Amino acid sequence: MPEFLQFLFSGLTVGAVYAMVALGFTLIYNASDVVNFAQGEFVMIGGMVTVFAHAAGVPLPLATLLAILAAVAVGLLLHALAIEPARGASAVTLIIVTIGASIFLRGVAQVLFDKQAHGIRAFSGDAPIVVMGAAILPQSLWVLGGAVLTFLALWLFLDRTVMGKAVLATAANRLAAQLVGINTRTIMALAFGTSAAVGAVAGILITPITLTSYDAGTLLALKGFAAAMLGGMGSPLGAVLGGLLLGLFEAFSAGYLSSSYKDAVAFLTILAVLFLMPSGLLGRRAVERV
Amino acid sequence: MTVRFPSSRALTLLILAAAVALLPLLFPSGYYYRVAALVWISGLAAVGLNVLMGQAGQVSLGHAGFFGIGAYAVALGPAHLGVPPWASLVLGAVLAGALAWLVGRPVLRLRGHYLAIATLGLGVLVAIVLTNESRWTGGPDGMRVSRLVLFGWRVAGAETWYWVTGGALLAGTWLALNLLDAPTGRALRALHDSEVAARVAGVDVAAYKLRAFVIAAVYAAVAGSLLALMNGFITPDQAGFLHSVELVTMVVVGGLGSVAGAIVGAAVLVTLPQLLTLFQDYENALLGILIMTFMIFLRDGIVPSLGAMLPGRRGAGAARAA
Repeated sequence: MPEFLQFLFSGLTVGAVYAMVALGFTLIYNASDVVNFAQGEFVMIGGMVTVFAHAAGVPLPLATLLAILAAVAVGLLLHALAIEPARGASAVTLIIVTIGASIFLRGVAQVLFDKQAHGIRAFSGDAPIVVMGAAILPQSLWVLGGAVLTFLALWLFLDRTVMGKAVLATAANRLAAQLVGINTRTIMALAFGTSAAVGAVAGILITPITLTSYDAGTLLALKGFAAAMLGGMGSPLGAVLGGLLLGLFEAFSAGYLSSSYKDAVAFLTILAVLFLMPSGLLGRRAVERV
Repeated sequence: MTVRFPSSRALTLLILAAAVALLPLLFPSGYYYRVAALVWISGLAAVGLNVLMGQAGQVSLGHAGFFGIGAYAVALGPAHLGVPPWASLVLGAVLAGALAWLVGRPVLRLRGHYLAIATLGLGVLVAIVLTNESRWTGGPDGMRVSRLVLFGWRVAGAETWYWVTGGALLAGTWLALNLLDAPTGRALRALHDSEVAARVAGVDVAAYKLRAFVIAAVYAAVAGSLLALMNGFITPDQAGFLHSVELVTMVVVGGLGSVAGAIVGAAVLVTLPQLLTLFQDYENALLGILIMTFMIFLRDGIVPSLGAMLPGRRGAGAARAA
């Protein structure tokens, strides 16, 4: 039992991070049909800027704020300088553009920062909390709490504000949204900015546990993408569900089976699910118009 | 499809043959032979991937997995199973083709981004297995590959490999061009333009997609084997996601659907990093910028874009058919 709880908590912690990355994918995909492979770099920027700002003497809360702002700036620039000029290009071309952006951001990070792994101290100490024999890091609670707050804030924004409804309208039908006077270009920029902020928050929260480095985003982007597809592309709830499921599968298979194949679990899961359900768990069935 | 000219196929082959034959006249050192051989090898993989992406219109973000299978076949065969390198190359190609055939049906049923993540997952899984089974593969550090010996002839040296890989690319290009003019090629193009229309016209869509997937996998595996044999060394990076992206980028940068474009794309993607090493630390940042720039400003690819600029009868349509 303690073992089970232990795996459950570590799975939920990692899953919350995957869910945040997947949510970032979904936000951008819904607003612009772009699958943004630079999503993992937002997470990296969140972690790295916090680490380096804090090391330079900036207090931790201010450093995290700086990191989020830096990520948002990068997200807006990515949209304005790479995605907007490439409008109308094919899906594959757009994917390559964002992968180019992710290679670029990694390249800049390795020059601007360095190639080492970095951590920051946990927000409220390292003394584990023991719950029914399982040891939980206080930082895990930060990650889970932060993720829940992020989801709540996003939900309130999308459901309760005019701006948020404009995002949903753009996601549902871009042309119709334009016709009712929504500036879809602004909405897309908003989606990139929000998505970057969500990614940065994930990066800041997880850095005390997993450390970060200039290339920390690569695998996270792939797994976040897998999580988003697992839930069904375009569904925010699906993204959260997919992320949590992947995190749990990973933790349990690492714990009970083999830890060296931990990274394989996400991809095995996505293949198995797609073979049975070609549109993910919560995805709408695609109907092709001829 | 636009009007196509019978000469375009022969022309592509002729230009390629001339390039392979005449380029060495410009080479001041053995290093250039090596880079050119790398272009021919990547070109072979890209020509195969173009059958899948350009002709059948199906994306694969995991193609380096098949490349890795070919590469590790020639590494593992001689080292652990006592199979000679040339037979291991054939074995690797068969293995990659069989895997593609096995997973192809369920994978190719998927569309758009679901297809992208499924192929991506497949490729990453191959890379993870190659990295983890370190007792066999040497793990992340890679492993040595014994030299290719054909009828007592030891294939070694940059110059020799230049001719071997150049010949392989010519043969692969010839096959691909023939295929595209055969009924298979027509069926693939039909299902690229509209799957529904192709099905209505009596094309067995699933079977043709699968055929394109297997062909592309075999090309990648042979290219992987050649690279491993030439370098005498192989690491799991060759099967990794970034290499998959490189292969896709070659096809798209050169011009989706154009055989000549796939080779031009390979030339660009192989030589660029060689040039960028001059910038040392800024290498990756520059590579990222260049990939973005290419995709934004030449989104139809180099060869079709150039073709569109040429006046008269060799228009964009002819370039695409080449």
